[in-house]
Amino acid sequence: MIQVANLVKRFGDTTVLDGIDLAIDQGEIIVVIGPSGTGKSTLLRCLNFLERPDAGQLTIGDLDVDVTRASRADILAARRRTAFVFQNYALFANKTALENIAEGLIVVNRWPQAKAHARAREILSRIGLADKADAYPASLSGGQQQRVGIGRAMAAQAEVILFDEPTSSLDPEWVEEVLALMKQLAAERQTMLVVTHEMGFARDVADRVVFMEGGRIVEQGPPSQLFNAPRDPRTRDFLRKVLAAQPAISPS
Amino acid sequence: MSVLDFDYMVGLVPILLRYLPLTLAMAAAGMALALVLACGLAVIRVLGIPGLNGVTLLFISFFRGTPLLVQLFLFYYGLPQVLAFLTQINGITATIMGLTLHFAAYMAESIRAAIVGVDRSQTEAALSIGMTNGQLMRRIVLPQATRVAVPTLMNYFIDMIKATSLAFTLGVTELMGATQKEAAGSFLYFEAFITVAVFYWVIVELLAWCQRRLETRLNEAYRR
Ligand SMILES: Nc1ncnc2c1ncn2[C@@H]1O[C@H](COP(=O)(O)OP(=O)(O)OP(=O)(O)O)[C@@H](O)[C@H]1O
Ligand SMILES: [Mg+2]
Repeated sequence: MIQVANLVKRFGDTTVLDGIDLAIDQGEIIVVIGPSGTGKSTLLRCLNFLERPDAGQLTIGDLDVDVTRASRADILAARRRTAFVFQNYALFANKTALENIAEGLIVVNRWPQAKAHARAREILSRIGLADKADAYPASLSGGQQQRVGIGRAMAAQAEVILFDEPTSSLDPEWVEEVLALMKQLAAERQTMLVVTHEMGFARDVADRVVFMEGGRIVEQGPPSQLFNAPRDPRTRDFLRKVLAAQPAISPS
Repeated sequence: MSVLDFDYMVGLVPILLRYLPLTLAMAAAGMALALVLACGLAVIRVLGIPGLNGVTLLFISFFRGTPLLVQLFLFYYGLPQVLAFLTQINGITATIMGLTLHFAAYMAESIRAAIVGVDRSQTEAALSIGMTNGQLMRRIVLPQATRVAVPTLMNYFIDMIKATSLAFTLGVTELMGATQKEAAGSFLYFEAFITVAVFYWVIVELLAWCQRRLETRLNEAYRR
């Protein structure tokens, strides 16, 4: 169970997150959509303390902190409870696929190397890359790199995996394999908070879709409701634009 | 005496070889110490630690902005006058100290550039899984920065080997000091100095060869 209350983030004079309230149940799959520059990435980054929020209360599992008072230990605790999948994969270039996945287990969870590598091998076969264990990121395709990125997040056994536009940097040919892996995780009821422009994924996989604009949550609901009967004019306006670009999934 | 005295030059080789270890030892010690110091300075610069950052900039500016020879004289002749416990500083120690500080100032900037060059998103990825800054540096950033910095650092090592010849001005009998003595005895200055020049040249070429091989290997790294 994750709860965000009145989360605020400013960069200088601009308020990028303007009091976000969001509760995520265990096993829930939430997709966040919204125009560019609306604060979607910033929201995810604040949950992981890659950005330091200016106000708000954050509850992740047994951790409950006022973000303005978060100590180093609180920040590490929040990071252990959230895993991040980056748009540009951000794999460790000096580590093989196996080592990328095992790294956190060894360094952060202090597992012995053998145990961590055994777990990493399990994950590699779940993400369909068992044969790439010893490959470095530079020799993997974009799709394979992002699957390793997801594998690294899976290894952390976090309360929630945060995906920031996981398919946006991919060549079109690799998008499907990454979405397929995310669907597989969703089917296993891995709690996920996904920022994406893939409306088909949102429609098929999300339990709830959150529409953000201007640093606020404008509207949220199950995909059937949000896509078919959006209440707020801003949501309607946004959906009209993106669905025009992705006609395959326009409302029937 | 218009023709080179080859027999003299050949005879000089075994004599000079006896002083080669000291030259190499001073360079090796200077390099090892300079590397440690330079890494520290580079990390201070990268993290921008308040206070220390300013001191580091001043240090780098001074040791890059003044001649190595001046620095060596400062340590050898000057320091004992102001620091009572250094009533006498040995020429070898002063040389290693000078080489360390002088080259650390240059190397710190190369190492800093290599660290900053490591893709920032990897830093975020490491932090996002709960690594501390220290773990991030040791396991992700420094190994990658090293590969970038090594060729440049090898150049500094080559420079440092040549710079050890300044130790003779502090009365150290290393390669250059020994040659100077031999030449003063025989008056065959050209033969003596061309011989020692070839000594340095061969050492440097050997190292440059190692450097090229290393670079090829480093370029292949992380690509399997
Ligand atoms: N480090 C930063 N410093 C200053 N401004 C920033 C910083 N990061 C983000 N911003 C600003 O905050 C706003 C929200 O950015 P954010 O990246 O969260 O948007 P987004 O919804 O993820 O957009 P996109 O769909 O383009 O990824 C933008 O106006 C952006 O310019
Ligand atoms: Mg974004």
